[in-house]
Amino acid sequence: MKIGVCIKQVPDPEARLSVSADGRWIDEEEMAFGINEGDEYAVEEALAIAEQAGGEVVAVSLGPERAREALRKALAVGAGRAVHLADDAFQGGDCWATARALAEVARRESFDLILTGSQSADAGFGSTGTLLAALLGWPHAWLVVGLEVEEGGGSARVTREMEAGKNELLRVKLPAVIEVQAGINKPRYASLKGIMQAKRKELAELTPADLGLDPARVGAAGARLEILSVSVPKKGEGAQIFEGDAQTAARQLVEKLRTEARVL
Amino acid sequence: MAGKIWILLQQRGGELHPMSKEAIAAGTRLADLVGGEAEALLLCAEPGSAAEEAAGYGVSAVRIVRSAKLADYTPGAFAGAVAAAASAAAPGWIVLPHSYQSVDYMARLAHLVDAALVPEVVGFRRDGDDVVWTRPVFTGKLQSEVRVRGDGPVVLSVQAGAFAAESGERSAPIDELEVDDAGIEPDREVLGVEEVAGEHVDLTQAPIIVAVGRGIGGAENMGEAEALARALGAEIGASRPVIDSGWLPRDRQIGSSGQTVAPKLYIAAGISGAIQHLVGMKGSRCIVAINKDASAPIFAVAQYGIVGDLHEVLPALTEAAQEAKA
Ligand SMILES: Cc1cc2nc3c(=O)[nH]c(=O)nc-3n(C[C@H](O)[C@H](O)[C@H](O)COP(=O)(O)OP(=O)(O)OC[C@H]3O[C@@H](n4cnc5c(N)ncnc54)[C@H](O)[C@@H]3O)c2cc1C
Ligand SMILES: Nc1ncnc2c1ncn2[C@@H]1O[C@H](COP(=O)(O)O)[C@@H](O)[C@H]1O
Repeated sequence: MKIGVCIKQVPDPEARLSVSADGRWIDEEEMAFGINEGDEYAVEEALAIAEQAGGEVVAVSLGPERAREALRKALAVGAGRAVHLADDAFQGGDCWATARALAEVARRESFDLILTGSQSADAGFGSTGTLLAALLGWPHAWLVVGLEVEEGGGSARVTREMEAGKNELLRVKLPAVIEVQAGINKPRYASLKGIMQAKRKELAELTPADLGLDPARVGAAGARLEILSVSVPKKGEGAQIFEGDAQTAARQLVEKLRTEARVL
Repeated sequence: MAGKIWILLQQRGGELHPMSKEAIAAGTRLADLVGGEAEALLLCAEPGSAAEEAAGYGVSAVRIVRSAKLADYTPGAFAGAVAAAASAAAPGWIVLPHSYQSVDYMARLAHLVDAALVPEVVGFRRDGDDVVWTRPVFTGKLQSEVRVRGDGPVVLSVQAGAFAAESGERSAPIDELEVDDAGIEPDREVLGVEEVAGEHVDLTQAPIIVAVGRGIGGAENMGEAEALARALGAEIGASRPVIDSGWLPRDRQIGSSGQTVAPKLYIAAGISGAIQHLVGMKGSRCIVAINKDASAPIFAVAQYGIVGDLHEVLPALTEAAQEAKA
């Protein structure tokens, strides 16, 4: 089974974000990046399936030069090779532009299964995997918390999250795009040996021309959405903040909870 | 830029899903903004009470698309049914609630009708001939304003809590929209529904909840929150990453995938305040946020806050609570 796994490199959840000078995205200077949380689970799921059913895992990422790090990490935990869409023409796209590029990689690789995360921690479209499936003419499932490839590899049993603590049980024909949700498994850590091996694994950089794609159909040029501005959301009234050392602030807070809010 | 606006309703057990009412509110406001007509579409095998309910919320019509193939939700059938109906009516905007079901198929729908996709809209305004959409980015820490390039149709989803549902004075007419059944193709086999295993702690009854997020740093620090919970007679709750990392069991999760709570006091420590968490707790009477990042979105819904390291603040709060009781 040949499994493609789509990973995006995004700011570390702990990173302090500030709006860039042009006001249209964030300032990436000195920012820590990592693999998107859901995508780490997708990588683990792909590795586990390949270990059980046999086969190869190919990690694919569209992103600037820095995204190489994310692909190296996927290789270090066990992906066989990686494809990087690093060309400038690919960058700055919306889910349509990104899915179009990823679909072209998928066609060339003839994947039997593609795993993605459910939502990226930066753009957060929650839709790139589904669009990828639609472009390929494959079925999909979003928010997957359980996945089991069935005997013969023609279908998978999928558990999909519904709202308020319920799950839906499904059978999906393969090939399909399965968009996994955080918590589906326990991602492994890279071993030292894995990190060393990753350095020798194939990491191919492809351009739009390599994929037979018109540069005007990908990246910012191929996007249907144009970002006009990025800003800090308005706070409304905001909270009453207690200052000072922890002890002082804690005492003031407890006092307010007793006398003003009357909840203690 | 006038045109038709379709609002895709979602049912839950024959009734209108609450987020559908907010989608209607957004759709009717959009109609006012662009000078169009807002119609609600109900995809179903049997309409139940949802169509009549929706008719009272200010749309100009409720259209029912009925097919036996829509009895179980599947993305292929739902996207296919809307696309089949849209081929004649050509709506300019298709509005969905940003629910787990609607988001699952809206990109497939955007593909079928060749539309731009604007997920998670929380606001919009008009700028000349454009509609400018506001949507969260970076899990709600920032927001972006976006514009659709080109003239094609737009598929958008509306985030929970952004548009207040308003029932109208009159009831809109309800009719059935004939569509070609051939375009409705279920693309999954639905085997059943299960309760998430281990759902036995009922947080909805707790008067006070101490909730921890990723900022707690690991299971080994959970004692800090537990001590405070004991001092206050509170239950422990958590954001999703805490559960996903295995630091607490799944039945402690609060948010759109977990429990929805509204205690008199909710203390959120090391939780940033992503919308999926907020929808599960923002009805609490009093919210306290403890976070080292003064710009964390959780402070926007909190009444009181302490900006600081929770490893210092939680023990200090425990002590202060014990002193106050003594
Ligand atoms: C479909 C879907 C469903 C989801 N369902 C849910 C759900 O049901 N419930 C849910 O909670 N989430 C859910 N999520 C995830 C949600 O989007 C967020 O990722 C999640 O809520 C973030 O959790 P967090 O605030 O604990 O972590 P983060 O966003 O990483 O925030 C950690 C916070 O801790 C602070 N911090 C760090 N260290 C300290 C310290 N020492 N002292 C004080 N503060 C500190 C940081 O400043 C930061 O604000 C869902 C996501 C999706 C896509
Ligand atoms: N630039 C990208 N490169 C690789 N995969 C991506 C990219 N953007 C999105 N994805 C995949 O699509 C999922 C959903 O992303 P999004 O639609 O942006 O919320 C992510 O979790 C990734 O698996």
